[in-house]
Amino acid sequence: MTTTFGLDTFGDRNNDENDRPVSHAQTIRNLVEHGVLADKVGVDFFGIGEHHTDDFPLSAADVVLAAIAARTTRIRVGSAVTVLSSDDPVRVFQRYSTLNAISGGRAEVILGRGSSIDSFPLFGYDLADYEELFEEKTELFAELIKGGPVTWEGRTRPPLHNQDVVPHVESGPFPVWIGVGGSPQSVVRAARHGFSLMLAIIGGSPARFAPFSQLFRQALESFGRDPLPVGVHAPGHVAVTDEQARDEFWPRYLETIRRVAKTRGFAIPTDESFNYEIGPQGALYVGSPETVARKIAQNLTSLGATRFDLKYGMPGLSHEALMTNVELYGTEVIPRVRELLP
Amino acid sequence: MSGAALSLPRLPRIAVLGAGHVGPVIARVAVDAGYQVTIAASGDPERIALIVGVLAPGAEPRWSAHAVDDADVVVLAIPIHKFAAFEPESVAGKLVVDAMNYWPPVDGVQELFDDPRHGSSEIVQRRLDRSTVVKTLNHIGYHELEDERRPVGSPERRALGVASDDPDALDVVGEFIERAGYDTVRLNSLSAGRLLEPGGPVFGVALPRPEFELALRAEAA
Repeated sequence: MTTTFGLDTFGDRNNDENDRPVSHAQTIRNLVEHGVLADKVGVDFFGIGEHHTDDFPLSAADVVLAAIAARTTRIRVGSAVTVLSSDDPVRVFQRYSTLNAISGGRAEVILGRGSSIDSFPLFGYDLADYEELFEEKTELFAELIKGGPVTWEGRTRPPLHNQDVVPHVESGPFPVWIGVGGSPQSVVRAARHGFSLMLAIIGGSPARFAPFSQLFRQALESFGRDPLPVGVHAPGHVAVTDEQARDEFWPRYLETIRRVAKTRGFAIPTDESFNYEIGPQGALYVGSPETVARKIAQNLTSLGATRFDLKYGMPGLSHEALMTNVELYGTEVIPRVRELLP
Repeated sequence: MSGAALSLPRLPRIAVLGAGHVGPVIARVAVDAGYQVTIAASGDPERIALIVGVLAPGAEPRWSAHAVDDADVVVLAIPIHKFAAFEPESVAGKLVVDAMNYWPPVDGVQELFDDPRHGSSEIVQRRLDRSTVVKTLNHIGYHELEDERRPVGSPERRALGVASDDPDALDVVGEFIERAGYDTVRLNSLSAGRLLEPGGPVFGVALPRPEFELALRAEAA
């Protein structure tokens, strides 16, 4: 399998040159520019993760992706992730099949809970039902993506009887992934439905996910399926030098984790823990193109993965810093990883 | 129950209930520590055979009732919202390790646990009134539990809190924690175990024993 490289964003709100937050609207317009630049500099995929907060005002990822698709010709566009549990699989299929049409077959979907739990109360779902919602809705999505009329019955949405769901996909199913943070059942579920596996590795040692790659391969085999790619999604920031990347990223990272620590149960990072995370054993890809490329190559190899999505940005970083990040990722990091890979 | 487990000529047998994020990691760590381990999810063990085979080799997938019957120690590693439907009779007479957390922003509000007067493990003990409950393993990330194990005497060895109203049960579970690769800090009641909960001084924090004890004392003061 060819190795491919993506950029993911949660729509992290940008700050202006005076370090004041820009509007949600301006953040979204900036994001479209990041996607267009990513296409230009050779990035393979641009993904937007659904979020519903002031820091991450990106609740309608598919609309933004359509804008990017309309201005590009090469880059693949998709969700990273779609919070399927609190959405309607029929609508998700319709929106991404539409995106697939607009982009000439460049759409992808990553299904998961993601880090966003805000969508549950927003749309009237109970977090306690998370597993049942995800299980059932993934099953329905697997039917929808096959194309053709769908008959389905479950407890989380009204049944479908021989229902034609449009727009039809042009040339077979578009790629579907399941984003997994730590649930082995989700790994097996992805294999059962023939979806690819995206490992979200946002803290600690990436190497500990190697058994999940192995579980995925064995599960595919046990379901009689052909091999499918394993991808890695991980946060980071690329600048010209290690020092600059660290200085830009660290204060924003600290602020953001402080804000979400209470509700998400994250420990507040310290200088020491941050240095560990950006070092060779940690989960963050922060540094110069060389530093980041080495780490990507090392972890792709140890995890047997063929796709790497860098979740770039952090609330409060400037549009300019993000444009530099996108450009360096495309022009320097990706070619360097390709050189380093065996 | 716990007293009997103590006098066994062998290490206690452990049944892990739950094969989600947490269960297989605990099973693996327990196998490595030399324990005989079974693991069960809801339903047919066939369904978790692959997961257990890859993530916790050496642990035996079983039906939940069979796993519990043969076990001296039962580890509850199920999602907390499933506890309200958990049958207390099924673990009567057993030493039960409660590795769950009540954490409304992540799990949603659970009526059973939404009582600020009691810690979640006190509520678990009240419901499992014929079992002996020990609270531990809840305040270390499941992804850290395997990586951060260290041998006795290592300066990097991290401490884990173990709380129970029953001193014999504390001995049994404390020994398990020590064998697994962590120093044990005893808290002599489940109500003191509230210090181990989300938002508390040691939740999600890697500390060696002296600092761990200091953090607990500072908070309790």
